[in-house]
Amino acid sequence: MGYPYKPHASETLVLSTHFGDPEARTLKGWKDRGGYRALETALGMDPAAIIGVIKESGLRGRGGAGFPTGLKWSFMKPDDGKPHYLCCNADESEPGTFKDREIMRWTPHALIEGCAIGAYAIGAETCYIYIRGEFTEPLQRMEDALAEARAAGIVGRNAMGTGKTINVWVHKGAGAYICGEETALMNSIEGKRGNPRIKPPFPAVAGVFGMPTTINNVETLTAVPHILNQGGAWYKNFARSDNPKSTGTKLWSVCGNIARPGNYEMVMGFPFGEFLRDICGGALPGRELRAIIPGGSSVPIINMEEADRALMDYEGMAAVGTMLGSAGCIVIDNAQSIPRQVARLARFYAHESCAQCTQCREGTAWTTKILERIVAGNGTAEDLDTLLDVADDMTGKTICVLSDSCAVPVVSALQRFRGDFEALITKKTVHTVPVVVS
Amino acid sequence: MSHGPSASAGAIIRSGHHDDAPYEPVFVGEAKVRLDELVKRYPRKVGALLPALWMVQEARGWVSEAGMAEVAAQLDVTPAYVKGVVTFYTMYNQHPVGKYLIQVCTTTPCHVCGAEDVVRAFLDQTGCGELGVTSEDGRYTVIEVECLGACGFATPVMVNSDFLESVSADRVADVLGRYR
Repeated sequence: MGYPYKPHASETLVLSTHFGDPEARTLKGWKDRGGYRALETALGMDPAAIIGVIKESGLRGRGGAGFPTGLKWSFMKPDDGKPHYLCCNADESEPGTFKDREIMRWTPHALIEGCAIGAYAIGAETCYIYIRGEFTEPLQRMEDALAEARAAGIVGRNAMGTGKTINVWVHKGAGAYICGEETALMNSIEGKRGNPRIKPPFPAVAGVFGMPTTINNVETLTAVPHILNQGGAWYKNFARSDNPKSTGTKLWSVCGNIARPGNYEMVMGFPFGEFLRDICGGALPGRELRAIIPGGSSVPIINMEEADRALMDYEGMAAVGTMLGSAGCIVIDNAQSIPRQVARLARFYAHESCAQCTQCREGTAWTTKILERIVAGNGTAEDLDTLLDVADDMTGKTICVLSDSCAVPVVSALQRFRGDFEALITKKTVHTVPVVVS
Repeated sequence: MSHGPSASAGAIIRSGHHDDAPYEPVFVGEAKVRLDELVKRYPRKVGALLPALWMVQEARGWVSEAGMAEVAAQLDVTPAYVKGVVTFYTMYNQHPVGKYLIQVCTTTPCHVCGAEDVVRAFLDQTGCGELGVTSEDGRYTVIEVECLGACGFATPVMVNSDFLESVSADRVADVLGRYR
């Protein structure tokens, strides 16, 4: 993974090649490592040809939704007479996810290069990189690198001497999970409260400042220069032979109760059980892995039987009833109370609800209250059904998916670990290892 | 945006600043030049609202009503509009906080690694006692924060703008020693 440990032999380093190497942060260091060659190539290409290469590569959005990047770019109509915008989503606020932080800390120029290529491909003269306010070091690294890139004429009014304007600006967030949702992010750039917008209109039609906009994740944009340098076919080859729908490498952030937490760059389709147990070192001494939330806190929680047969790509995760999401993998062992952890997640969503939609504002708060009373030993027999009922009201009924994201861990945990909840209600114990309750 | 203590909503002020001193504008001299530069990055002036509020907070440590009014005047929006935005985002302090604002991540990935013990240690050793309360000496305010995005380095803690990784309860005394 490059950082904080040495890469494992089973990793495939593309984006993380220079993690841990401070020289790669500077413009000179980045150029010495092949940096900005792809941008030079791109600026000599027709934008449609760039989009063609990205489509061929099979690159899909790394922020969570997995939408094909080339297709997304092709929604931006050239010559519509309107200013276009590119927004880079560096809000990285999905619990369990900390990969974009490492990209920005170690290879800020890689992201700038990806942003500049993306902006050119969609006909945008302005790119905003929306970085969450808590990321003080990544913010500084990006600002430093941008100052270098501007001074060297790589971005700005006459990017790489081509006469084209590509401005890249950092926009600093101020503490709101929901601003990682693309329409809330655009509102935040416009100087508004970060409330998500109803879609349609989709961003490609009416995005930031009402103009056609594309929003891409940090990891997605950082993959773009590599694809242009080495070709779409090269990237497409990083896949399992029986699944061409997921291609490339993916950064997996692994955290929680695991021997070696960190970021690991894996080829799509790698066996998840082997990944967790061998590459990440498996459980902590004396403990056993019990549950995994593989794709950031908004995806279904799975048990180890499911994790052991899962494959690490979009389809492989769907096959065991969960999602790849942002690949922020939260590991929970047998010393934890699963109801207590689900209650903590619900509290997160209740705190972060923008409160526009009734189902979300009320649903996240009541889900938290019910779960917390179960954890406190005051649950009743009907509480579990009430939770599922509330979860149903919260799913598919709101402007954005924050509400659904709160319902998902509750429903999936009740499907797989219902006994843990029932034991709390009937005051029986099911744990063989003492459960950690601070 | 309503649950749990935050510096914005729940801070109890025991000492330190009062809002009755005459307001000194932030956007003069270099700061004004800087704001004018920021405004140019956006097709509409109000796009610079979040950066302008950051400038106020960096200069004053928090964003007062007078600060909001100054930002409003600079960007041609109403003070009420600015307040609406300030109250949405948890990082803008709507009250003075201690010299050191300590934010401890307690979301699930850190929670499973014992973040609650880290919070307890900070509350005990700073003398704050409770979340969102500033210590008697005006030095510390401790709050819980939702996911800081450094889950593999549990427990991340922010002290003002310093981002600390892998803080365990037994490292708290050492951390506080650096922020006196």
